[in-house]
Amino acid sequence: MLEIGLAHYLVVAAVLFTLGIFGIFLNRKNVIVIMMSIELMLLAVNINFVAFSTHMGDLVGQVFAVFILTVAAAEAAIGLAILVIYFRNRGSIAVEDINMMKG
Amino acid sequence: MIVQALVFYLFAAVAIASAVMVISSKNPVHSVLFLILCFFNAAGLFVLMGAEFLAMILVVVYVGAVAVLFLFVVMMLDINIERARQGFKQYLLIGGSIGLVLFLELVVILSSSFTAPDVVATAAVPIPDMDTVHNTRALGQVLYTKYAYLFQACGLILLVAMVGAIVLTLRQRDGVRKQVISDQINRSREESVEIKKVSSGSGI
Repeated sequence: MLEIGLAHYLVVAAVLFTLGIFGIFLNRKNVIVIMMSIELMLLAVNINFVAFSTHMGDLVGQVFAVFILTVAAAEAAIGLAILVIYFRNRGSIAVEDINMMKG
Repeated sequence: MIVQALVFYLFAAVAIASAVMVISSKNPVHSVLFLILCFFNAAGLFVLMGAEFLAMILVVVYVGAVAVLFLFVVMMLDINIERARQGFKQYLLIGGSIGLVLFLELVVILSSSFTAPDVVATAAVPIPDMDTVHNTRALGQVLYTKYAYLFQACGLILLVAMVGAIVLTLRQRDGVRKQVISDQINRSREESVEIKKVSSGSGI
């Protein structure tokens, strides 16, 4: 219990990932909170990568975590830009209103 | 050792608690602020694991850029909070059950997995001794040599994201009077000045 090992970090990451998925289900009317949930899930993945990297003594995991961070930042920027123009057109950020491509 | 355990539990508990607040708080601004707290605590966990560079990058990139971007968008959009909270209880049950099943699956995988004994010996890039080469230097030595092309690809992704975000949000507004310098310069005297003879006692 007092010896902090790999499993402790993996459990924290698993809890964060589950909370992210839970948040996607919970906030169906608010796309911004859904995007925050996605950020939480990416953070959990990063914690997993870094935990395995440091406990297995391999630096490649941290390199990959840097790349994940980059892609997450790009995703947040593009997602928020899409959200802004969507709100400008429809005046709402609920998920079920996003059906313009349904035909 | 006990200090390390206490610090780990502190960081982990605050990170998880703030993650709960992110998905459950009424006001999206509070969600963003709790997301920032969660990232700070995750950075603390990274420091605890010995990945200082990633911890600092997490603070700089996430707290300094992404979370502020979220805050900006949340405050820019006029969100109806009452409407945004509709159906919260309706999805609580199904979301909770799916989340629980997923968490149990993850726990089952974790508890039934094991580490191969020679995994440390077969590392692609072994972590050098912390006392001689610190984390940032070690990461830079491998990132700029072995993974240079991937690093360039990352830069390309960021460039495309930047261009995409600008193209998406740029719009031409009507009714905006802009200065057209060429028109101003090309005006001749004939089209801008007119001389009228006004006889005294009458208007034009």
